[in-house]
Amino acid sequence: MYRYDEFDAAFVADRVAQFRDQVARRLSGELSEDQFKIHRLMNGVYLQLHAYMLRIAIPYGTLSSRQLRKLAFIASRYDKGYGHFTTRQNLQFNWPALADIPAILEELASVEMHAIQTSGNCIRNVTADHFAGAAEDEIEDPRPYAEILRQWSSVHPEFTFLPRKFKIAVTGAPNDRAAIQVHDIGYQIVRNAEGETGFAVYVGGGQGRTPMVAFKIRDFLPIRDLFAYSEAILRTYNLEGRRDNKFKARVKILVHEKGAEAFRAAVETEFAARRHEVAGLPAKEIDRIRAYFAPPNLVPRTPSPAALATRKAQDARFAAFFATNVNRHKVPGYSIVTISLKPIGGIPGDATAEQMQAVADLAQRYGHDEIRVSHEQNLVLPHVAEDDLPALFDVLSAHGLATANAGLVTDIIACPGLDYCSLATARSIPIAQAISERFGDGPRARAIGALKIKISGCINACGHHHVGHIGILGLERKGAETYQLSLGGSADETCSLGNITGPGFAADEIVDAVETVVDTYLDLRSSTDEDFLATYRRVGLAPFKEALYQRNPGAGI
Amino acid sequence: MPQVVSANRLTDGTVVFLGPQDRWVELLSEAEIFDGEAAISAALARAKAAEARNLVLDCAAFEVTGSGPTIAAVHLRDAIRAAGPTVHRDHGKQARLARRL
Repeated sequence: MYRYDEFDAAFVADRVAQFRDQVARRLSGELSEDQFKIHRLMNGVYLQLHAYMLRIAIPYGTLSSRQLRKLAFIASRYDKGYGHFTTRQNLQFNWPALADIPAILEELASVEMHAIQTSGNCIRNVTADHFAGAAEDEIEDPRPYAEILRQWSSVHPEFTFLPRKFKIAVTGAPNDRAAIQVHDIGYQIVRNAEGETGFAVYVGGGQGRTPMVAFKIRDFLPIRDLFAYSEAILRTYNLEGRRDNKFKARVKILVHEKGAEAFRAAVETEFAARRHEVAGLPAKEIDRIRAYFAPPNLVPRTPSPAALATRKAQDARFAAFFATNVNRHKVPGYSIVTISLKPIGGIPGDATAEQMQAVADLAQRYGHDEIRVSHEQNLVLPHVAEDDLPALFDVLSAHGLATANAGLVTDIIACPGLDYCSLATARSIPIAQAISERFGDGPRARAIGALKIKISGCINACGHHHVGHIGILGLERKGAETYQLSLGGSADETCSLGNITGPGFAADEIVDAVETVVDTYLDLRSSTDEDFLATYRRVGLAPFKEALYQRNPGAGI
Repeated sequence: MPQVVSANRLTDGTVVFLGPQDRWVELLSEAEIFDGEAAISAALARAKAAEARNLVLDCAAFEVTGSGPTIAAVHLRDAIRAAGPTVHRDHGKQARLARRL
């Protein structure tokens, strides 16, 4: 993985010193909150319902054991013993004291981490496919480009005060696991007819109060033009994006209001005019960054299928885990293991310090020292020898980390909601917990098959409800929590936004409503091979709507 | 409706309430209750003065019912601020209250 050079280390150390001084001046009263707020946000410090919250960047979701151990240490030493992994592959601590945050940042810097640009109207943490470097379907590991974009966008003088925040995601595979079409820019590595690799470029996707699927602005961008083209997009947005209304300031609104073709033309004009002035991305530099992401030396192995088969036959829990949480690796004999942070009835994305420590140890012992954070709020060990799976599973089980539900109905994305967030209008986590309890991780969940439920506690959509196969949006109506249901969303390469079923449901009705949707799907599916999304796309909203509002009379509000 | 003034303490972000003699207290049950527009405005002005002295930030008034041990926030958001996350009864003020029992 990428290692800081002297410049990076000095830069981050300087920022820590700078923020330490700013915090001291705030605490002494020299800076007012109005003066301080912009500085704290630039260092990932929010004020939430109960306390300050610190959002730490995990670039493209990649962590080493050393880094995860440090996060565990910070959770124990400075917070309440746990952290929350987010839908942008970041980690949030919910209880840090402002006075401690400079020390926390110093701890982070010691393992080459920081919280810079995790807030504010700048280019945020660049995210990537969490199976990068391991996936069978990958053309190329996207992380070197994510790292190049991270370096380019870090304190970029022109793009530090954009009309609004700006999110970039990169994938190297045709099967999109990074939700690139709901990002401000999505880069997908593709091959052209000549066999060269480049990027398909998507712009103007996003969720929030005005959800939009991105527009494909270019089929093929040569790699060397990554900076020039990114700059052309950002410059067009920076100059033309709306600054008069915060809710209309994202690039998606500009693309929509200007028209996708007109936006493309503006970007292409800017690109053509400046292409030769902007530094191309030299092959030598790409190779230098790529070297940091060289795959571990995985010698193809012939696993002992008999041993795995025996364990699966003897241990139904292991068999279930193997079926749901283990993906094929591009090197024979290895696997990609998803560690679900969705225990039945638990809080999606939360991990205790002890669990972080355990995963760090496992990554070191069995996973070539690499951990990934997925935007689905799980952890991933991308390089595990198949023969090691039983031993790995046993340790995960001992730490409550072996829930066999990756990709199933209880692998729910949920934002922190009204339990923590000052923007939220309703709670999300208790709804996720109740759905999780209802469906569990047993035969019923497996019979339902692939199903993505995503829950947000307000229209800002941090819980990605617009792209949930089943999306739930928590709102407040007349003083009570109300949940709006939408169906048919997807964040993959077939990206689509969900359709709202109709009137919302009360907190004590929403789990039944989800169950009604699931039961309707089970009745309607053409075979057990037809997953929820496929069935929905075949039959449409009507039968679900009928089932929901017939079986829940009085549910309307 | 009666109201309480709350804020977050500058140093650690802890939710605090304006109490008797303009002290900031951590428990809603110890907060002073203000009734009537004039009393609420005056309390908010005193809270803003504390904000200007950099003791607290984000001052606001919210509606309550009851008083002392029976005091309760009217709105869920305020109730959660006063108690802690409903999904982590071991954290926030509710944990302190539980330990006291």
